Amino acid sequence: MSGKKFDFKKLLKGDFSTYLMVIVFYIILQTMSVSGGLSSLFKGMLVPLCIYSIMALSLNLTVGIMGELSLGHAGFMCVGAFAGATFSQLTRDAISVDLLRFILAILVGAAAAALFGFIIGIPVLRLKGDYLAIVTLAFGEIIKNVINVIYLGVDDNGLHLSIKDEAALNLSENGRVIIKGAQGITGTPKNSTFTIGIVLLLITLVIVLNLVHSRSGRAIMAIRDNRIAAESIGINVTKYKMMAFVISASLAGVAGVLYSHNLSSLLAQPKNFGYNMSIMILVYVVLGGIGNMRGSIIAAMLLTALPELLRGFSDYRMLVYAIVLILMMLFNWAPACLEFRERYSLKRMFAGKKAKEAQ
Amino acid sequence: MMSFINYLISGISLGSIYAIIALGYTMVYGIAKMLNFAHGDVIMVGAFTVYTVSSTLGMNPVIGVILSVIVCTVLGMLIERVAYKPLRGATSPLAVLITAIGVSYLLQNLALLIFGANSKSFASVITWKGLSLADGRLKISGVTIVTIAACIVIMVALTTFINHSKAGQAMLAVSEDKGAAQLMGINVNGTIALTFAIGSGLAAIAGVLLCSAYPTLSPYTGAMPGIKAFVAAVFGGIGSIPGAMIGGILLGIIEILSKAYISQQLSDAIVFAVLIVVLLVKPTGILGRNIQEKV
Amino acid sequence: MKMFKKVLSLALAGAMVLSLAACGGKDSGSSDGGDAAETFKIGSIGPATGAYAIYGLGVKNGAQIAVDEINEAGGINGYKVEFKFEDDEVDNEKSVNAYNTLKDWGMQILAGTVTSGCCTAVGAETANDNMFQITPSGSSTDSIDGRDNVFQVCFTDPNQGIASAQYIGEHGLASKVAAIYDSSDVYSSGIYAKFKEEAKNQPFEIVAEGSFTGDNKTDFSVPLQQAKDAGAELVFLPIYYQEAALILAQADSMGYDPTFFGCDGMDGILGVENFDTSLAEGLMLLTPFAADAEDEMTQKFVETYKKNNNDETPNQFAADAYDAIYAIKAAIEEADVKPSDSVSDICDAMKAAMVKINVKGLTSDEGGMTWSETGEVSKAPKAVVIQDGKYVSAQ
Repeated sequence: MSGKKFDFKKLLKGDFSTYLMVIVFYIILQTMSVSGGLSSLFKGMLVPLCIYSIMALSLNLTVGIMGELSLGHAGFMCVGAFAGATFSQLTRDAISVDLLRFILAILVGAAAAALFGFIIGIPVLRLKGDYLAIVTLAFGEIIKNVINVIYLGVDDNGLHLSIKDEAALNLSENGRVIIKGAQGITGTPKNSTFTIGIVLLLITLVIVLNLVHSRSGRAIMAIRDNRIAAESIGINVTKYKMMAFVISASLAGVAGVLYSHNLSSLLAQPKNFGYNMSIMILVYVVLGGIGNMRGSIIAAMLLTALPELLRGFSDYRMLVYAIVLILMMLFNWAPACLEFRERYSLKRMFAGKKAKEAQ
Repeated sequence: MMSFINYLISGISLGSIYAIIALGYTMVYGIAKMLNFAHGDVIMVGAFTVYTVSSTLGMNPVIGVILSVIVCTVLGMLIERVAYKPLRGATSPLAVLITAIGVSYLLQNLALLIFGANSKSFASVITWKGLSLADGRLKISGVTIVTIAACIVIMVALTTFINHSKAGQAMLAVSEDKGAAQLMGINVNGTIALTFAIGSGLAAIAGVLLCSAYPTLSPYTGAMPGIKAFVAAVFGGIGSIPGAMIGGILLGIIEILSKAYISQQLSDAIVFAVLIVVLLVKPTGILGRNIQEKV
Repeated sequence: MKMFKKVLSLALAGAMVLSLAACGGKDSGSSDGGDAAETFKIGSIGPATGAYAIYGLGVKNGAQIAVDEINEAGGINGYKVEFKFEDDEVDNEKSVNAYNTLKDWGMQILAGTVTSGCCTAVGAETANDNMFQITPSGSSTDSIDGRDNVFQVCFTDPNQGIASAQYIGEHGLASKVAAIYDSSDVYSSGIYAKFKEEAKNQPFEIVAEGSFTGDNKTDFSVPLQQAKDAGAELVFLPIYYQEAALILAQADSMGYDPTFFGCDGMDGILGVENFDTSLAEGLMLLTPFAADAEDEMTQKFVETYKKNNNDETPNQFAADAYDAIYAIKAAIEEADVKPSDSVSDICDAMKAAMVKINVKGLTSDEGGMTWSETGEVSKAPKAVVIQDGKYVSAQ
């Protein structure tokens, strides 16, 4: 419409409504949960809803703001999950305050994922487009593959690591194995709660939205829109891209810690940390609107809940899910469909009415 | 030494299957500029068609193969028309990628409902036992020889078709510049549909060969080879037909040799690591063209 | 357009809140509803879609047969039984979701889960809720460790590994042994770890060790070639039968013909549609269940199963599930609980009853099976060998 100032205001209003949406969502569900109005299924799904929302937000940072396609995002989640769970197992006796230990575990998970993000970012960010995408997919698979052969144990002499088998750890008698190769980590304390999940989701939102509106965020978006132009005005392309990538990875790590402390058995399988999961998170981002943070949260929550809501269809469940996914994509993205929606949109009708009234 | 040659042969055998699947990926990518994630599942449909015709109905497998090529070609065009074409011109190329994933889920779950989850043993279409060299210490199975031969024939045929036929030239033009091709009077939509038809027909053949070499069939048979073949296509330079072939065979050899001499558990990680190294040295794959970015 | 999107997202979010409110309503309705007091509600969880659907569907169909039989015969202590199965796609998180769905339905006893990893995850929830759980096929020790409410029908992975090594050693089947296992699978790597440990005490040597991962299980030429080069006379396959069928076919095409030896996951290999059973000739396996056993119970079960399920042959998962339901029946009868008792009371009574009962089922021998307090079942693995396309007891 008119003037830059108005747009800016609108943007802030948009951000505010996103925070508000999350908070209202929390208040409604928490009230229902406490008053017993919530089914067990939904009580159990509250934490996963937060996890996948955080994942979608963090991937949207890479895909929407940085403009690069990443197909290995679940790999960072995996790193965070295993790092966080290992930390909690190691300090189970040393730190008796659950909340403190969990917060530290989250920081450890985020740091580990950020470190991996940095290491992987060095080669990945030299590439472009689909080649970048395939390399992130490759890294995601490598992470999953390697974690499946790691054995980690602890005894009085400290940590023991092996990629062979449990016996090769040479643990003393009172030692215990923490990561058992493909059998993963079992018995991680169940510290994840809906409240912690929502707090982390809000923190993620603050980080992502503030980054977007900051000077750095504008630099990142300038690189996305035109790398050469951005470079020519003196923007350090590598630095800003790396910044976005590392932040995105560490947020995925946070989601991973939340994931590993929600289930007592943590395995690195194709289903939860393979490319399938990376793609699933990409689906949330694209369906919610690339670069649209609120959309990411809504899409992540809807698509996480959808297969559960479809349980009534029993055998046809995943079939219906696939059809709904295709239809939603066509509805949201097909030019013909968008034109149709434009023509019959409420806003237009509304605006038309207003214009008439003004006359 | 003998076992090394055996490993090499297994690698080429596995690689030539990746190569045929990769050909379909690379063609579609070259022309429609999209990663068709459902390609692996079209392979599965092709294999199930042959299975139904030859094992369930008891007809000649050759009829099964022909029928399966027809079924997959029609299916490929149908998918393109219903799920991909409406998204042409969408503001983000990712939209069609996600839809392809939806189609992939759809095909897998349809197959699950029709054929059940029980994996089936696929009776090899190729009954020839193959060659036995060096007093039986060296064996090359019939499937391997047929796969490699099929791979070469398809590659030559495709290259000839693209370089020497009108439709092939139209494909090249569309892959170069859609808008300009349209202005030259090329039917862009028709050309893309034709590409999908050919790619899916190839998927049917790939399905038959895949299941003949590794005789098992389930609704998820195509998923992992599909991803591997996609990696192979990128490896060789996506969009390049000889590249897909080289990429596929190299990938197969690397996979088998790393299993044999480094680690069986980490062979996937090694394959992916090699891919990363190749892309860092040659960012558009072995035979990919490097397009200079213009201001 | 933006407005439209907003309206749409609001509508969808509204629909979601409504649907979950509806679920909530249903939940509170059923807990004090009348019919809940009349029937025992038994739930089960396992893969019904995805690459492992065959195991989950086996459990679902096998358990259903037992439930139908029990209901026809008048139920347990006069109360009818309701059975419901939920899909988890072998994903821990989905498994917990499935568990919660079943809780909303009013489940009192869980006969699940099918796979080990999920069983550990869901076990933490049942332990928390104090709900009685018996897993037909979750064979990892992690599934029962430290949880007194969880029982197993199948034998544990370490048991199978040790029993296999002892069997091979005691019967002098081979002096050079190779193994191929799935390193990304809890079940397979669990068995193999113990097998390897026990092999040190046995008069044979492991000369080649092959493995594969769930993402890469089509080409087995390398481990087979290594086994062949090392001169292994026996190849130990602690894996599921789908991959085993492929391994047998590939070994045949490379002209390698050792004795193959499998565990309970191998059962079902003769049922693979279109499989050339001559490839499996001489294959040995330790399994508690053989679909072509002669006894009346097995034959009746197999016949019903085939009738209900398009002529598919039941695998050991189906048999374990059938036995799990009968174990529940026996425990309820012993504990004398009623459907109107609370979930926790049922659990406590059944826990105490489990160690007293003896169930003779499809997967037990003549003596029946009993349970220890830790949840482990006592039954001896039976070795069978395939001859002329049929299981024959190997003694």
